[in-house]
Amino acid sequence: MNQWKNFSKGLLKENAVFVMFLGLCPTLGVTTSAVNGLGMGLATTFVLVMSNLVVALIKNQIPDKVRIPAFIVIIATFVTVVEMVMKAYVPALFDALGLFIPLIVVNCVVLGRAEAFASKNNVVSSIIDGLGMGIGFALALTALGAVREVLGSGSIFGLSFLKGDGMLLFVLPPGAFIALGYLIVLANKLKAKTT
Amino acid sequence: MAKKESNFVSMVATLSVVALVAAALLGGVYEATKEPIRLADLRKRNEAIEAVVPAFDTVPSDQIVKYGMDGDTLILYPALKNGIVVGTAVETFTNNGFSGEFKLMVGFDNEGAIVDIAVLSHKETPGLGDKMERDKSDFHVQFMGQHPDEFNLAVTKDKGDVDAITASTISSRAYCEAVQRAYEAWKATR
Repeated sequence: MNQWKNFSKGLLKENAVFVMFLGLCPTLGVTTSAVNGLGMGLATTFVLVMSNLVVALIKNQIPDKVRIPAFIVIIATFVTVVEMVMKAYVPALFDALGLFIPLIVVNCVVLGRAEAFASKNNVVSSIIDGLGMGIGFALALTALGAVREVLGSGSIFGLSFLKGDGMLLFVLPPGAFIALGYLIVLANKLKAKTT
Repeated sequence: MAKKESNFVSMVATLSVVALVAAALLGGVYEATKEPIRLADLRKRNEAIEAVVPAFDTVPSDQIVKYGMDGDTLILYPALKNGIVVGTAVETFTNNGFSGEFKLMVGFDNEGAIVDIAVLSHKETPGLGDKMERDKSDFHVQFMGQHPDEFNLAVTKDKGDVDAITASTISSRAYCEAVQRAYEAWKATR
């Protein structure tokens, strides 16, 4: 398979958030600011790449009937590693994301890629697939976080450009749905143009 | 390589091996990050203490007092300068925040007046309740220098003296409650 195509499909064409609508719980939950979205996206990318790598490596050693529990254990292990490392070295980001980090375990993107891609493809393709999907996910979360931060708090990546309050609606959960809806329209428009 | 067959032995063996390797890896990472996590927590706590009491040079660890109250523990850190107590930082909590528990560090001088307040951890709504954080708004400023005996620690809606954060009355009420609890602990342990 063409590896560039394999990588770039996660960015837009099969973007986890905008096209496949997977992993929407962390997407809507953490994206109150661009930094939170980026942090969550990168944490998920790490887990995706590592779990894809390991699943692709041992796919032939795992009997079919127990593959899902085995995948979940692998994913949960990497999530816990991310959680502990984050707590130790970036406590501020951990404070903001703390609640959502364990939820990466049940993020359908991660298990979905392990099941649909890594368990059928070789190691290199799987890593590239995880990287593409993860970066696409991170981009989507950062974009959503940026939109909500600009409209909701009048700042971007923590830099305030507006005095006083923004539109609070966008920081609250309904704003996440509204902003996501418009971003999906935009992504579809872009997709229609590129294909 | 052919796919392994799914029989009882192979399934049990595979899952055991996967779980064992995962456990070993996690144990290693836990050991490696234990110390940095402890230091990060300590640094955060120390920064909060520094922010809320007058200038000091030491917080002797043997003079830290734990005070049980309302089903949880408040921790009092006496701050000393040249061996004399200049203030006390009290780690306090409330369970009535908009999203449950949050923790504050409240500094008192020797008369019991509030020096300053810092938020240790919270899950309040970003853009609303999180304005209680020091760098997000001046909410904490109105408490500075006030003595809880004269300053009614309740929001104006409840006939108190505290101007609540706009649209965050619940967070503001919980904040007041936590400060009041800190004061009671400070008074009880004098």
